[in-house]
Amino acid sequence: MTETPLLEVSNVTKRFGGLTANADVSLTVARGEILGLIGPNGAGKSTLFNAIAGAFPIDAGSIRFDGHDITSLPCPARCALGIARTFQVPRSFDSMSVVENVLVGALTRRPKTRAARHAAHEVLDFVGLGSRAEASAGELTPPEKRRLEMARALATEPKLMLLDEVMTGLTPSEAREGVELIRRVRDQGITVIMVEHVMEIVMPLIDRAVVLELGRVLAEGTPKEIVADPRVIAAYLGDRHRAA
Amino acid sequence: MSLTSFLASPPSRFAARHRRQLHLAVPVVAALAALPFALHDVYLLNVLILTLLYAAMAQSWNILGGYCGQISLGHALYFGIGAYATTLLWVNHGITPWGGMVVGAALSAVTALAVGRLCFRLKGHYFSIATIVIAEIGLLIVHNAEFTGGALGVQWPIAGDGWWSLQFGRAKAPYVWVALGLFAATWLVTWVIEDSPWGYWWRAVKDDVQAAESLGVEVFASKMSAAAVSAAFTAVGGGFYAAYVAYIDPESVMTFRFSLLFALPAVLGGIGTLWGPLVGALVLVPLTEITRSYMGGSGSGLDLVIYGGLIMVVALARPEGLLSLLPRRSR
Repeated sequence: MTETPLLEVSNVTKRFGGLTANADVSLTVARGEILGLIGPNGAGKSTLFNAIAGAFPIDAGSIRFDGHDITSLPCPARCALGIARTFQVPRSFDSMSVVENVLVGALTRRPKTRAARHAAHEVLDFVGLGSRAEASAGELTPPEKRRLEMARALATEPKLMLLDEVMTGLTPSEAREGVELIRRVRDQGITVIMVEHVMEIVMPLIDRAVVLELGRVLAEGTPKEIVADPRVIAAYLGDRHRAA
Repeated sequence: MSLTSFLASPPSRFAARHRRQLHLAVPVVAALAALPFALHDVYLLNVLILTLLYAAMAQSWNILGGYCGQISLGHALYFGIGAYATTLLWVNHGITPWGGMVVGAALSAVTALAVGRLCFRLKGHYFSIATIVIAEIGLLIVHNAEFTGGALGVQWPIAGDGWWSLQFGRAKAPYVWVALGLFAATWLVTWVIEDSPWGYWWRAVKDDVQAAESLGVEVFASKMSAAAVSAAFTAVGGGFYAAYVAYIDPESVMTFRFSLLFALPAVLGGIGTLWGPLVGALVLVPLTEITRSYMGGSGSGLDLVIYGGLIMVVALARPEGLLSLLPRRSR
């Protein structure tokens, strides 16, 4: 049985003034997979990511999610349908405690604050922040803030998680824990799209990668195919591989 | 899960902490309600009434400014709407001030929604400036309209004293209780909101709009609801004030000064906190009244100088307000 893809991005174009950040980008994401969105700086990864999350309207093309046309839906409505995201620079609610940050997300599926608070504690335990639940969100260390971002997004009980450079700036051991967490998220049946720079970490984690360059899709395939693709090596891995 | 482990679970620990605030509020309100039995000095009772009124107004302002993060400097408009609605309905139609307060609250909420529709696209300082301008427009309209009595204002006629007319002759104690009741109502609403979905959405909107949206929070609806609740209670305060002084004109209820005086106690005590407005009002209002009476006519404006000085000290030393002197848990 061939399942319909969870996400279908069709011919998306986004311009900022004279700059075309995404040109005619199409991709599909199957249910339950971890898709890596990679490419050199300025390739349009973040733009595409934000277009899927609903941070701004796109200029052309369409986006379908789980049977709905979400092209013109605002961000909160996409969240209600099951799209959650993290931010590249963590955006915590600093007037609230850690658990209340997560509670805001949990309210998406639970109208009662008591039930939402309960769910928030469970999610915090899941991401390993259970012991920091009552701390003020502003007191968290940067890696803890990354976990909080994950927890908040998970609390909305999404079908699709968009992770924006969640590994950047982590030490190797923190990053390994992060990889483990993302695997556990996928094991919950959540589809993941991750934008990432740190190739060594991403490659073993993802099922498939889409490589963007200059706003267009350059290549698409399994991590093995991608690292062997001469176009990708030239565009992205080239320098590093020559150096090694 | 056994009962004991359930009771010790983090959500119930929070619920217990939240309930403790209520247990703290009951004796505080009871003590304030008993004060008129101990105080007989008319001047001191007047200071007490104004303190409670400003505490209630700051608490109302805090709902929009402190919890939702939308710094309005135009709440004098809502205060004025409440004062004029109550006054005109009583003076012209004999409708009890209680009814006037309800009408004023409804009118204010609708006005706040209209203002919000115009202004909530603006962010930060731009929003604050827009609220000042709109309140000034309101002041000009009231100044020049005929049905409001224009610049002359409206005098409440001498009527039978009692709870129906909210006139008590020389007795001050009933006004203390009404002002206290208003403060208690605003406090209770804030307390309920603090642990309601709206409370969390409002704070999320205050802290980070983009993150809030990504978590499904309807930002515009959140701001609008906070504005309506905040404006409605401010109008009730305006209605009470009109009944208390029994004479209003545009200058005495609608000038920019009031917008500032509603925001300052919350800022001083602790913006976005449950007890900040009362703490701020307990410091600011007596201080103002005392400087005013000691300085007499020559000191007019000095109270505002002291206000400004205090705010600067707080901003430099304790940006989160006086309440931040207490440990986090007990706030």
